Amino acid sequence: MSPGKRTIVRVWAVVPLVAVLAALGWAGFAPLDVPSRDELFEIPKGTYARRMAGDKVEILPSRIRLTLGLNDVLLLRNLDDVPQVFGPTIMMPGQSFRLPFEKAAEYQFACTAHASGQMTIVVEEEPVMPWSRIHWRLREWRENRTR
Amino acid sequence: MRRSILAALLSATAMLANAAMPAATDALKAGVLTPVMAAPALKLQGSDGKPLDLERFRGKVVLLAFGFSNCGEVCPITLATLAGARKKLAADAVNVQVVYVTVDPERDDAAQMRKFLGSFDPTFIGGVGTRGEIEAAEKNFGISSTKTVNADGSYNIGHSSSIYMIDRAGGLRAVMPYGHTVDEFVHDLKILLRQ
Repeated sequence: MSPGKRTIVRVWAVVPLVAVLAALGWAGFAPLDVPSRDELFEIPKGTYARRMAGDKVEILPSRIRLTLGLNDVLLLRNLDDVPQVFGPTIMMPGQSFRLPFEKAAEYQFACTAHASGQMTIVVEEEPVMPWSRIHWRLREWRENRTR
Repeated sequence: MRRSILAALLSATAMLANAAMPAATDALKAGVLTPVMAAPALKLQGSDGKPLDLERFRGKVVLLAFGFSNCGEVCPITLATLAGARKKLAADAVNVQVVYVTVDPERDDAAQMRKFLGSFDPTFIGGVGTRGEIEAAEKNFGISSTKTVNADGSYNIGHSSSIYMIDRAGGLRAVMPYGHTVDEFVHDLKILLRQ
């Protein structure tokens, strides 16, 4: 192989590495962005009737993850025909409950929309360091794919 | 003349901007219910010897919670927090009423609740009644309480620990989960008292 061709091959070999580094740089340093601070979950119409009929299907995730400064507000809507108890409150049909979080912690709530009757909200600190931002983006990407 | 017109224009612009933008300070720390609906019915006996219903406190902001006088942890912390908030509100505290409903009607009568609540703030009013009346109140507010009997026959009660915030018009506005500070209550109470 001529020296000119060898140089071209070396340059092409470096391109993927540069691309990976650029992607990591972006993921680690670019500001995190979410469409809304509200993480919305709806209790669909007929939930109570299904539960009474013995249907144990999970309508809401039993574990919800929120991130301070990004999506740190839990917004629940009761679209069912009967009142639903979510942790700290009772929600009438058609009512919404908007609960902001300001402290990172794991919160356990009772929830009648769950077969287990229990719901966990995990509130995490805002990812500030590059590595934690990369980790956050990767997890969001994975979760969005499985939704 | 020009200066006064300019000042008036600036002042009007600032007022319009304030009116158009929801002030960040107006966001409650508590969880907010929308649309606002009337608080569920509460028909009990008060620890002050009078019938207890929420209509009695129309015009005041009511902080309503459930607990019991033998509670070792959650209730004392909640009541101390609410007492601290009233103290911080100073003169405005007269427009805030704390109502604490027992989940242990077998042990908590009016005298017991008066003694227990009075150790935190003498203005607090307890809600007592028969087992059936208490269960009706719990159901109306979505409260759960579970009795655990110990080997020696004594018992403890696990119960919902949130504080309902009822506005001056009797609307159930917000719910503060357990664990919030005096300052967070003061923040929200000031907003509710302005309305």
